[in-house]
Amino acid sequence: MTSRANIQKTYKLFINGKFPRTESGRYIEWKDAKETTLVNICRGSRKDFREAVVAARKAFGDWSGRTAYNRAQILYRVGEMLEGRRDQFMAELRLQGSTKRQADKEINSSIDRMIYYAGWADKYSQLFSRVNPVAMPYYNFSVPEPTGVVAAVVPEDSSLLGLVSVIAPIITSGNTVVALASESFPLCSITFAEVLHTSDVPAGVINILTGQRSELIEHFSSHMDVNAIVFCGSDPEQQELVQTNAALNVKRPVFFRDQDWSDKKAQGPYHILKTTETKTTWHPIGV
Amino acid sequence: MNESSGTPSKELDFQTDWTYSPAPESTDHIEFPEKNDLFINGKFQPPVNGKYFETLDPSNEEKLADVAEAGQEDIANAVAAASKAYDKVWSKIDPAERGKYIYRIARQIQERAREFAVIESMDGGKPIRESRDVDIPLSAAHFFYYAGWADKLDYAFPGRKTKPVGVAGQIIPWNFPLLMAAWKIAPALAAGNTVVLKPAESSPLTAMKLAEIIQEADLPPGVVNIINGGGETGRALVEHPDIDKIAFTGSTEVGKWIMKSVAGTPKKYSLELGGKAANIIFEDAPIDQAVEGIVNGIFFNQGHVCCAGSRLFVQESVAENVISKLKDRMDTLIVGNPLDKNTDIGAINSKTQLERIKMYVDIGQKEGGQIFQPSCSLPEKGYWYAPTLFTDVSQSHRVVQEEIFGPVLAIQTFRTVDEVIAKANNTPYGLSGGVWTDKGSKIFNVSRDIRAGVIWANTFNKFDPSAPFGGYKESGFGREGGLEGLLPYVDLD
Repeated sequence: MTSRANIQKTYKLFINGKFPRTESGRYIEWKDAKETTLVNICRGSRKDFREAVVAARKAFGDWSGRTAYNRAQILYRVGEMLEGRRDQFMAELRLQGSTKRQADKEINSSIDRMIYYAGWADKYSQLFSRVNPVAMPYYNFSVPEPTGVVAAVVPEDSSLLGLVSVIAPIITSGNTVVALASESFPLCSITFAEVLHTSDVPAGVINILTGQRSELIEHFSSHMDVNAIVFCGSDPEQQELVQTNAALNVKRPVFFRDQDWSDKKAQGPYHILKTTETKTTWHPIGV
Repeated sequence: MNESSGTPSKELDFQTDWTYSPAPESTDHIEFPEKNDLFINGKFQPPVNGKYFETLDPSNEEKLADVAEAGQEDIANAVAAASKAYDKVWSKIDPAERGKYIYRIARQIQERAREFAVIESMDGGKPIRESRDVDIPLSAAHFFYYAGWADKLDYAFPGRKTKPVGVAGQIIPWNFPLLMAAWKIAPALAAGNTVVLKPAESSPLTAMKLAEIIQEADLPPGVVNIINGGGETGRALVEHPDIDKIAFTGSTEVGKWIMKSVAGTPKKYSLELGGKAANIIFEDAPIDQAVEGIVNGIFFNQGHVCCAGSRLFVQESVAENVISKLKDRMDTLIVGNPLDKNTDIGAINSKTQLERIKMYVDIGQKEGGQIFQPSCSLPEKGYWYAPTLFTDVSQSHRVVQEEIFGPVLAIQTFRTVDEVIAKANNTPYGLSGGVWTDKGSKIFNVSRDIRAGVIWANTFNKFDPSAPFGGYKESGFGREGGLEGLLPYVDLD
């Protein structure tokens, strides 16, 4: 019996379609429950976040300008790639303490959720657009548009499903996003970034950082070129901090407090609407 | 015309040849109390601390009436009345009945439209033509529109049921006093909420007239409460623990304070804040119409409009022509008595606001901007400011970046579509924008790329209760008007 040394994966950040280490050089030791596996997770910094926002801002014009059909296909492609990486997610979820059954369910739900939102990309704006019957000779219509760059602090208690459930509706409408992965269960987030990397998601549309929530939410919520912040978590002090900082540039704060992401109700077009703006356009009718 | 030299001058002289006879709207039939109390729980009540403040006619600085200033106890009473009305009556009655009460308000405003228009112009200084043709009819229309939603909410948000939020604390500005009250109260009531409204300190009279109508319409006591006061009253209302939702229209600075103040509470809120709209004129625009649009964009309501087209961008090839026509048109504008039907530009709403406008024009000139004002005469008494435009300014000038909220336009030029979109979006605000061109595809291109909530294409400053209105970025969030206007006042199940 020959023994072979495994090649272990280095978990890095995902910024602008690349996998850099944190510029800070800091890391967090992550151990599985039995302490048999040890991984170094990047402890992302404020500067990493700022780099990610620059990438997200740059990607916004292209992503939001694409056809809804194209975005739908790319989201669908993410679903396909997730399906193909099943074993890897399974291994990581098991390491992070899930039973096989729980892991199976989480992977299935994550894939299905991606496909669900892929289907919304070219429909949600039909549902929420209107022609307004104004009492003057004007043609008047309102459409939802993506708000811009969204910072997302995704659920702490879920490794994959929470991340997918929060990110998918944000990008469906054409927003770009910088997400902070779960600090306790970070493994799937970077593997998910590898999925994105092979799914034709343009660089910068989704950026994923790992690190310490307590350190980074200050920066996620206070950055002046971020249009909205989605915050998942029930800590009232953190929520207060997020909204107080959001006021600096009137970011749209979106809170998910005790959301059960495995629930079917944790998805829907209203999730997409949370990071959109309604634009109303007037034009005279005449010759 | 220069008759004596025998050759007509190219200079247009509107001052001597274009005078109009006075056409003032009569005030004989106008009545309002000398002392305006607080409207709480269906009754007019004096304030607990007995404090009153004066409201002036800004066109002559004469006192119009005393208005009660609500203190902590009054606010507590109003919120308690609203809570009780919410729990006991308004959230429980048949939605169709709710709608009928709101229809009554709409009808009463229509019935008394002239009276409202005159008071609005007296108290706020806006031209009677605007209060008569815009503010008051739109206020009635707003109530009429939302009245009909009351029993149709199940159709508004597919797949979801709506629930009212509870007690809404609403704070409105002085630029469109009755209209802002309508924008706030109508959707709140239709969705089943009750209301404590605080009108602006400098223009409270039409809201008190609205309270009369609400009383006459027999709305259950406490469903709408109207209390007056300044910033302190507003602050206490926002901070009251039993307020479930805050709706605010006003400055971005106060909007940010509200966000911070309600952080960590479950209060819902919507904010309609400042603006610095780009009005973009392409070389292929209908120029004469565009000039009218520029004038309407910035001088409508003395420029006291959050969505005013205060940044003008003219394509270089037509800039000279547009600016020259604009100056000619400005020469014809009649600044004066708000109650005169010929008046185009009325009085500046308050002394504070006049000082602010003067400060900005001063800054603009110190920073190198070139100023133009028509040679119009301004009345001696009252608060007045001539329509003003700035040329030779660029993106970094404060008169280009900051909201002045007065009749002051900053003009820049551009060459390409990409350039003007970049410039138009180079602002923390995103409330509105204008685009003028006869080319349809260009309209769709530009109106899509302007990051603002309302785009007027080949028009400006149009409003309708069915058309959602509200901002991107630091111009706030939430929409008023249309189906979207219900969303800030409901929770979705």
